[in-house]
Amino acid sequence: MANMYNDTVLKHFANPQNVGEMENPDAVGDYGSPVCGDMMKIYLKVENEVITDIKFQTFGCGSAIASSSVATEMIKGKTLKEALKVTNDDVVKELGGLPDQKIHCSLLAEQAVKVAIYNYCKENNIYMEELEGFDPDAEFEHDHGCEE
Amino acid sequence: MEKKVYLDYSATTPVKQEVFDAMLPYFMAEFGNPSSIYQIGIENKNAISEAREKVAKLIGAEDKEIFFTSGGTESDNWALCGAVRMLRKEGKNHIITTAIEHHAIHHTCEFLKEYEGCEYTYLPVDEKGRVNPEDLEAAITDKTAIVSIMLANNEIGTIQDIKALSDIAHAKGVLFHTDAVQAIGNVKIDVKAMGIDMLSMSAHKIYGPKGVGAFYLKKGIKLPNFIQGGGQEKGHRAGTENVAGIVGFGKAAELALENIDKHIAEVSSKRDYFEKSLLEKIPEIEVNGDTANRLPGNCNILFHYIEGEALLLFMDMKNIFVSTGSACSSSSGAASHVLRACGIPEELALSTIRFTVGDLTTREDLDYAIGEIVQIVEKLRAISPFNKNNKWQV
Repeated sequence: MANMYNDTVLKHFANPQNVGEMENPDAVGDYGSPVCGDMMKIYLKVENEVITDIKFQTFGCGSAIASSSVATEMIKGKTLKEALKVTNDDVVKELGGLPDQKIHCSLLAEQAVKVAIYNYCKENNIYMEELEGFDPDAEFEHDHGCEE
Repeated sequence: MEKKVYLDYSATTPVKQEVFDAMLPYFMAEFGNPSSIYQIGIENKNAISEAREKVAKLIGAEDKEIFFTSGGTESDNWALCGAVRMLRKEGKNHIITTAIEHHAIHHTCEFLKEYEGCEYTYLPVDEKGRVNPEDLEAAITDKTAIVSIMLANNEIGTIQDIKALSDIAHAKGVLFHTDAVQAIGNVKIDVKAMGIDMLSMSAHKIYGPKGVGAFYLKKGIKLPNFIQGGGQEKGHRAGTENVAGIVGFGKAAELALENIDKHIAEVSSKRDYFEKSLLEKIPEIEVNGDTANRLPGNCNILFHYIEGEALLLFMDMKNIFVSTGSACSSSSGAASHVLRACGIPEELALSTIRFTVGDLTTREDLDYAIGEIVQIVEKLRAISPFNKNNKWQV
């Protein structure tokens, strides 16, 4: 079937992993860009600074949902520090690529993970140098090719 | 064969068998150049004349008022560029159009502003996509060269009261153009009764081929020639004619006119069945547009809490082909400019899908689509962070 997305993206989109709400999460992170019309919510269970469980909910296009799914797979079982190192480029690579105009959608997952970890660290008084200067309420500041 | 359900007839339509059959001789046997004065040239010229007559009939025009073009976009360009170029010497460089026009109009306005010093005004519409005639009246100045208001909208299907609007333009001595690309074959058109000076149309929306359209120009209006070259189309639009395409358009126009009552009745009945079924089976969806006065095949639906492209992609995986005015790859204006102009907030405008049914849509197609859409919506809503108790807050 001819499609703008590759099979890996379509697989994650059609059968996203780790979907849903979590009961009694240790941290929640919301990230959304009304500009691009997508929004992601991440729930974490954390033990000894390791992400033991993760769930997400996403409002967005196919690449936003696929990126959410693959990002949660990538950071499950990782330490908070390791999880913060996962960038949107890693997410795109894991998906085997996204169409150019959709690359920015993968930032949604990167940012939502960051917000959740930021919230967790704040709650539990944990210092992470990776979060230095991070503003969870900041808009996308990147140029994500959002042009007509 | 795998089931495929096409619900995007406003994007384009398949060529009907009769149309294809009419076109076929003009590729090989009747390949002559219509400008040549030997037999196979003259035969081609006659074929074009017949097609012109059929296209003219569809809108109540005279043959000599029809000029073949490459499609609706070219005709729209011709109307706006022609009017301002003709009237510039009288100090008229202002175009009035609406916020819900096709890009063929909007981008031409922007082009004429940037390169030819024109000005333009986009009239607002109400929540159903209707232009208020009073707004038009107030917008006309002594610099206004042309008013261009689409007959029926491509996304929400809203049909304008063209006569009321053209009367206002004419009362102030301003030319009136309408983009009727979506309307022909779906709405009965009489250019004389409706007071239309120029009209754009396209063959591929009425089961004709792509790459051919026509421009109606009321006799007596002396627009400058649009494409310079040979004497084709009386020199107004030069270039060797797309004979097979024109013949196909003629046949499609003939069929559209013959069947217009049946087409409108059947297509709107299919649309109503589809729409009613979705409204019954899926909670929290809304119909956009003017349900009392819209194109027969149009059904534009807002699915709360899910993004349109995700919905479209899922349907594509189930072989259901639809359209969305939005795409998250396009930012400020990510959402459809038509829905935004109707006052629908950005985040809701992103959650809409346009379904358009047509002559070849069957009840079986619709039942398959309805069943799949119910499941897809359920699945995507389960992924969404939004619901009745937790709405998007921008």
